[in-house]
Amino acid sequence: MSVRLEASSLCVGYGERLVVDTLDLSIVGGTVTAVIGPNGCGKSTLLRALGRLLPARSGAVLLDGKQIDRMSTREVARVLGLLPQAPSAPEGLTVADLVARGRHPHQSWYRQWSSDDAAAVDAALAMTGISDLAERTVDELSGGQRQRAWISMALAQGTDLLLLDEPTTYLDLAHQIDVLDLVQELHASMGRTVVMVLHDLNLAARYADNIVAMRDGRIVAQGAPAAVLTESLLLDVFGLDARVVEDPVAGTPLVVPVGSRHRA
Amino acid sequence: MRRRPLTVAAVALVLLAVVLVVDIMIGDFPLTAAQVVDTLFGGGTRRDQFVVTELRLPRALTGLLVGGALGLSGAIFQAIVRNPLASPDILGVTWGAGAGAVSVITFAGSLGVVTGSAASVGLPLAGLAGGLVAGLLVYALAWRQGIEGFRMVLIGIGITAVAGNFTHYLLTVGDVQDAGRAMVWLTGSLNGRGWEHVVPVALALTVLIPVALIGGHVLGALQFGDETSRGLGVRVNLARSFLIIVAIVLASVATAAAGPIAFVALATPQIALRLAGTAQPPLFGSVLLGGVLVMLSDLVARTIYRIELPVGVVTAVLGAPYLMYLLVRSRREARV
Repeated sequence: MSVRLEASSLCVGYGERLVVDTLDLSIVGGTVTAVIGPNGCGKSTLLRALGRLLPARSGAVLLDGKQIDRMSTREVARVLGLLPQAPSAPEGLTVADLVARGRHPHQSWYRQWSSDDAAAVDAALAMTGISDLAERTVDELSGGQRQRAWISMALAQGTDLLLLDEPTTYLDLAHQIDVLDLVQELHASMGRTVVMVLHDLNLAARYADNIVAMRDGRIVAQGAPAAVLTESLLLDVFGLDARVVEDPVAGTPLVVPVGSRHRA
Repeated sequence: MRRRPLTVAAVALVLLAVVLVVDIMIGDFPLTAAQVVDTLFGGGTRRDQFVVTELRLPRALTGLLVGGALGLSGAIFQAIVRNPLASPDILGVTWGAGAGAVSVITFAGSLGVVTGSAASVGLPLAGLAGGLVAGLLVYALAWRQGIEGFRMVLIGIGITAVAGNFTHYLLTVGDVQDAGRAMVWLTGSLNGRGWEHVVPVALALTVLIPVALIGGHVLGALQFGDETSRGLGVRVNLARSFLIIVAIVLASVATAAAGPIAFVALATPQIALRLAGTAQPPLFGSVLLGGVLVMLSDLVARTIYRIELPVGVVTAVLGAPYLMYLLVRSRREARV
């Protein structure tokens, strides 16, 4: 499998502060990668730099071997889709219209809507199981349905690379599983490459092929979940005293925090 | 994609034609609809010809075009700023144009050349220049690595206050007669509009409407946060700057031709949006509806009372309660 997205000696920052510090990362095609780390470690910043939302202070992001900031943003948008954390839609926008916006990079002022676009929108709605909500407005949906609508928009964009910034925030556990099952299905049935920031380590271990653990703007460890999620790494990265056992369902690592109440 | 916006546009187009004919029918020499249509297509008596093509048609067309330009300008501003309060009235353009025009009226007036070229060419040009300067100033001051809607509204309110106070200052120091003329212009009026007023607006709209409609396909992808829009392949700052400048020019041209006609740019896009059932003001629908609104208001303004009132009086009377409704509503549901 080839490398699709690559960060090379990447530095990104806001003002004076350097948030991602000389970081190297390769995302292989057809994999699901979860970026984990404590709050403020730079994982969202990394994701946004990978999606050319933030400029590199130095170093570069390469998309299919080409420097991403030298490509036109439309060209990038045909290959790479992204879902920001808690995106906002205007009041009164219907789900169908929201998802239809995903076709923007494939349209131009003289060719604004085609049957290809209609087919892509229908397929995206069906894939996320919200075809029957198409005429509802986004603001009247529940949190889980809304997240599905946004993922549908990213799907309609038809990119084989997807960057998701905490796609499960604000969702209850059942809906978190729902959304991640959907991500898993995209990956399994359509071979999409997914990079997502996740807070829940156990879900990251279950749904990702590859885990990237960050601290202070650098990568501390990366690899298969079982190799990365160890007791010593959790202490090192999160300052968390935890036991790691085998997940009885999936066989992946299961992190069980100790906490002061049960400390021996 | 959906049929309702198209239906609304078609109905508005028919309505526009009907209102145009009715507007030309009514006046000191009443005409029938058949006479009007006949005359418009080259028939009719010499008297009908004169009344229609020299007196009423240019006035109706000025109203139609000015209304269309204001509706489109407001629709673009509201879509980009994502706030129903955004319009050239509030973002400084209208009052900037007012300050420019009143400068000409008072300064040229006190020099004794109030009529002639200063009035027919100088006034609209000064209005145009004032609107452009104020609009671009708001835009430049609101720029911080990009345009953010709420900041633009606040700065617009500030510039509107500055331009408004400058205008009032000019009215105070100016000659009484000039001040009277300036007040009429500041209300927004279609009185005595001839072909010389139609042509510049028509030319500007011939260029700007297609430009806006072509650029407008980006508006759909611009209605989310910046990150989502960029993710969809939109060059956010470029697209937004381009469309805002088009909207500023549209409002300035309209104001230069007829004075600041209040509330049309504010209300038209919201009415069009509710009729079309879309999340964003429909551009073409706003053009048509703006034309209908201004023509209808002018018809009311010139027939409701013994003397002809300026059209801006009618739009203000209709628009003020609407603005209050918007303010009350936006307090209840925070919407930025």
